[in-house]
Amino acid sequence: MLYIKDLWASINGKTILKGISLDVKPGEVHAIMGPNGSGKSTLAAVLAGREFVKVDEGHVTYLGKNLLDMSPEERSREGIFLGFQYPIEIPGVSMVNFMKTAVNEHRKHKGLDQLSASDFLKLMREKKELVEIDSKLANRSVNEGFSGGEKKKNEIFQMAMLEPKLAILDETDSGLDIDALRIVANGVNKLKRPDNSTIVITHYQRLLDYIVPDVVHVLYDGRIVKTSGKELALELEEKGYDWIKKEVDNQD
Amino acid sequence: MTGLKKRLIIRTEMNGTSEVTNYYSELYEANIKKITDDSSSYINSFRSSAFEEFRMLGVPTRKNEAYKYTNLDLFFKHDYKTYFIPEKTDFEKAEDFRCDVTNLDAHGIVLMNGFYPTINGKLRELPGGITIGSLNEASRKFSGIVEKHYSKYAKSKTDGLVHLNTAMASDGVFVHVPRGARLSKPVQVVNLVDSDEDTFNQHRNLIVVENNAELTIIICDHTLSPRKFLTNAVTEIHVGENARFNIIRVQNEHNNACKITHTFIHQERNSYASSANITLHGGLVRNSTYHYLGGEGAETNSFGLFLADKWQHIDNFVNIDHAFPKCTSNQLFKGVLDEMATGAFNGRIYVAPGAQGTQAYQKNNNILLTDDAKMDTKPQLEIFADDVKCSHGATVGQLDDNALFYLQSRGIDKRQARLMLMFAFAHEVIQNVNVEALRERMDGLVMQRLKGELSRCASCMVKCG
Repeated sequence: MLYIKDLWASINGKTILKGISLDVKPGEVHAIMGPNGSGKSTLAAVLAGREFVKVDEGHVTYLGKNLLDMSPEERSREGIFLGFQYPIEIPGVSMVNFMKTAVNEHRKHKGLDQLSASDFLKLMREKKELVEIDSKLANRSVNEGFSGGEKKKNEIFQMAMLEPKLAILDETDSGLDIDALRIVANGVNKLKRPDNSTIVITHYQRLLDYIVPDVVHVLYDGRIVKTSGKELALELEEKGYDWIKKEVDNQD
Repeated sequence: MTGLKKRLIIRTEMNGTSEVTNYYSELYEANIKKITDDSSSYINSFRSSAFEEFRMLGVPTRKNEAYKYTNLDLFFKHDYKTYFIPEKTDFEKAEDFRCDVTNLDAHGIVLMNGFYPTINGKLRELPGGITIGSLNEASRKFSGIVEKHYSKYAKSKTDGLVHLNTAMASDGVFVHVPRGARLSKPVQVVNLVDSDEDTFNQHRNLIVVENNAELTIIICDHTLSPRKFLTNAVTEIHVGENARFNIIRVQNEHNNACKITHTFIHQERNSYASSANITLHGGLVRNSTYHYLGGEGAETNSFGLFLADKWQHIDNFVNIDHAFPKCTSNQLFKGVLDEMATGAFNGRIYVAPGAQGTQAYQKNNNILLTDDAKMDTKPQLEIFADDVKCSHGATVGQLDDNALFYLQSRGIDKRQARLMLMFAFAHEVIQNVNVEALRERMDGLVMQRLKGELSRCASCMVKCG
């Protein structure tokens, strides 16, 4: 599905990612954990195609294609979804118009006809129920005046609408109370299919109580310093990140 | 002999009269007889003193603080072949004109170069005793109303063009809404500018909405032929106690046309008024809107939106006068500037001594799509009361990169994402248009304009290219 080989990336001349390699197979859930400033969000930004991150070395293959050659919109249409850590408010653009445009762009890419207005609204209704999002939110401008929890639910709602093959959830749990966390996690689990993959980027273990990973990676100082099964997350929760930092620093 | 000539030149310079002011003074002299013959004595009674005021103030230059960002020379330093005074044949085109806003159900009036273009039936009575029609005619048939309001609100100590209009205008729209009356649909005025020669037009509108009455008026500006046009229009509006009034101006003129409007809204206590200036197209546009809150509890809104490209220049000037306590005002002006277009916004809020409980808000946001586009924005707050809530904010910038990326990350291509953001930006103003059919049409025209398609009405013959 996604194959990252020795990826180096920088922002404004400062190297953030220092040789990351990762192999995500269809159906797998990977968790990427790590302390603040380790490069987690930068990795998400590279995968989504943000221009401010410069890839200095390495390559990324997605479904056999060179991901780094693709524009952000092409990546989306090819099935990559980024759940934003800080979803953007866009006053004046309605959720309905936003999603209708996005869904139809995806359909066009697949060679399908545009959805009729009634089919589209039916789809919206189904997905809204699936992710337990308040109906009223869908009638408002994109994220405008949404609470932190509503914004994150809205990310999962968009994910439900676009049915990605690879979802990258960047700190989706940050700022959520336990109920919102449960709803978000449930949404992700309901959308899980045997052939699609998920990368969960998180600082804390608690989201992983709900979304159970197959593999856990620890990112520190721009490198993946540890890869293990889901029990690693529990160990991190108990002991914090310091022991890993020490291990790495000692090696250096 | 030469010495004397020199002194004369120096004297005229000291008086501030310029070559361009002299040109319009000559135009006045050449036409005043015909203008006076055609008008009522009451309207004529203002002309000579207004002309003196104009001579003193002159055509505004950039030394005038209110015109700091707008150079009128391009249109004023020009020899107009005609100062328009209509003939019978000029009216035929006006009668054929049909507005292409589908579903807009309105009481229509067409003005041709500022004149009410029918010979007979110059005034129409609508349900509720409401009168619409020619100001020239009304100044005779409804002299009581005209004498109470004409030239009472259009006053300026700095803008000579207001006085030039009072000195020379002889017709325009008259609307009278009697006490407590209201129409179920808006009045629509279509201002057509059409001539085979470069033409200077001035018209004068008077709108009187009596106590507890209600009116919505739409003014659409069109040019029908590709000559150089200069229009200098004054509109005076009286909004009585508890009355409600909305004026929506839609400007769609070609690049060789200059439109200058001065709108004076005079409000009594507990009244509501709103003004929206929507400029879709025009070579040089200057809209001055003066809101006078002349009684407690009055509320006023001033909206504006312009989309400019090529060498167009759009200037909105707003003056809100909080003369009485407990009044509310709100200004929202937005501009999208492409290519080499330039724009200006000047919003003044004046809160008089004793005008306690005033709430006054102002917002001006602009998007520059190129490095060459330029926008000047200047808030001006003069507050002489202490219990006042005021805010103002101005931005000049590009589209939000984060928002653009967010849309792209969902599969929407960059061009479409830019359009969606620009449309949303403009729609914040359009949504304040209180006539649904017009609002939908404006949304459509704005979208076409943003896509780079010419947003002219179907009946427009001018190809601006």
